[in-house]
Amino acid sequence: MVSAETLTQKAAWNAAAAVPDPEVPCVTVADLGILRWIRVVNGMAVAGVTPTYSGCPATLAIEMSIEAALRDAGFDVRIERVLTPAWTTDWITEEGREKLRAYGIAPPEEATGSVRALFGETTVTCPKCDSTDTEKLSEFGSTACKAHYRCRACAEPFDYFKCI
Amino acid sequence: MAVHDAILEVADDCLVLGHRLSEWCGHAPMLEEDLALPNMALDLIGTARVLYDRAGALEGKGRSEDDMAYLRDEREYRNCLLVERPNGDFAQTMLRQLFFAAFMHPFWQAAQSSKDEVIAGVAGKAVKELAYHIRHAGEWVVRLGDGTEESAVRMQAALLALSIYVEELFESSPAAQEAEAAGILPERAAMRAAFDATIAEVFTQAGLDMPEVTFPQTGGRTGLHGEGLGHMLAEMQSVHRSCPGVTW
Repeated sequence: MVSAETLTQKAAWNAAAAVPDPEVPCVTVADLGILRWIRVVNGMAVAGVTPTYSGCPATLAIEMSIEAALRDAGFDVRIERVLTPAWTTDWITEEGREKLRAYGIAPPEEATGSVRALFGETTVTCPKCDSTDTEKLSEFGSTACKAHYRCRACAEPFDYFKCI
Repeated sequence: MAVHDAILEVADDCLVLGHRLSEWCGHAPMLEEDLALPNMALDLIGTARVLYDRAGALEGKGRSEDDMAYLRDEREYRNCLLVERPNGDFAQTMLRQLFFAAFMHPFWQAAQSSKDEVIAGVAGKAVKELAYHIRHAGEWVVRLGDGTEESAVRMQAALLALSIYVEELFESSPAAQEAEAAGILPERAAMRAAFDATIAEVFTQAGLDMPEVTFPQTGGRTGLHGEGLGHMLAEMQSVHRSCPGVTW
């Protein structure tokens, strides 16, 4: 027997979870692990949202989209910004990683060494041709969460979702 | 002096350096750096925003992050002198970044166990970001220090110009001491071993030696700044001050 409360909770989660990331619209806030939780109390949906990077300019846009989606689903909404624990790329779901790859963005790879190691290179697989013969062009890419790479095999430049 | 003043010091460090880095936007020598420097500026400004918000809440006078950033004058800024140094050439920008990141990385690492939940949260994020800053700046210091004759001369000049501001990073103001005693912020002096190790690793590859500093410069935490900060703030605050309360 599923209680009414569980159903409402589920409806709220489904509404919020479907919100796409404004800068990487192929994945949702749930795929990225940015939407941490939803609690529904007396018709008020409280959503816990965590920023990816301290200065991520999309943070506010994401919170507003989640708020709008929940309002459309008939809830009163409050957004809580969750800072602890800090977001990590480990929270990107398997489905999210696949969606990123299909979109042309290499998903984060398990860090092979310290990110602080000078001139250290992470082996990144090309999302187009699966070659591991790739090179880093820039540690910092089009958004704070991405680095810029190029595939030596198929010559395609691509974004890499940095491991953090 | 109170704990919120100590948080303000850290916030000012992050905002001032973040703004300095943002000055490279559109001027960097190559597109990759034009993306990298504003990206790091965003990390720092994002950190500053949360810290201003927290300092304002603890102060209890209703000051917002905008009030903190845009409505305080030069003498009210509590940043250390290193971060306000003008960008100069790439050698100076990168060495300044390395010094700051080499200090702040262990600082945030320790601050993750702060008794203040917000500080601990900020720290958890910043420590990951600063690791990238160390690598990025460290690689440039090696490239330039161990590069051409010209780049080595410039890196050496940057080292002489900036090393006098390093000591201030380890100084705790009375406000910082209070925050340290309360377990809100980590003890600044305790970062020395980690800082030295990072710098030694980079300098060995870059062919640089930390010069002996006879007269370390200090005063930022009491509001005594170099000429450059006033100019920077005048530019940074001009829109907010000429159109108070404007939104878009």
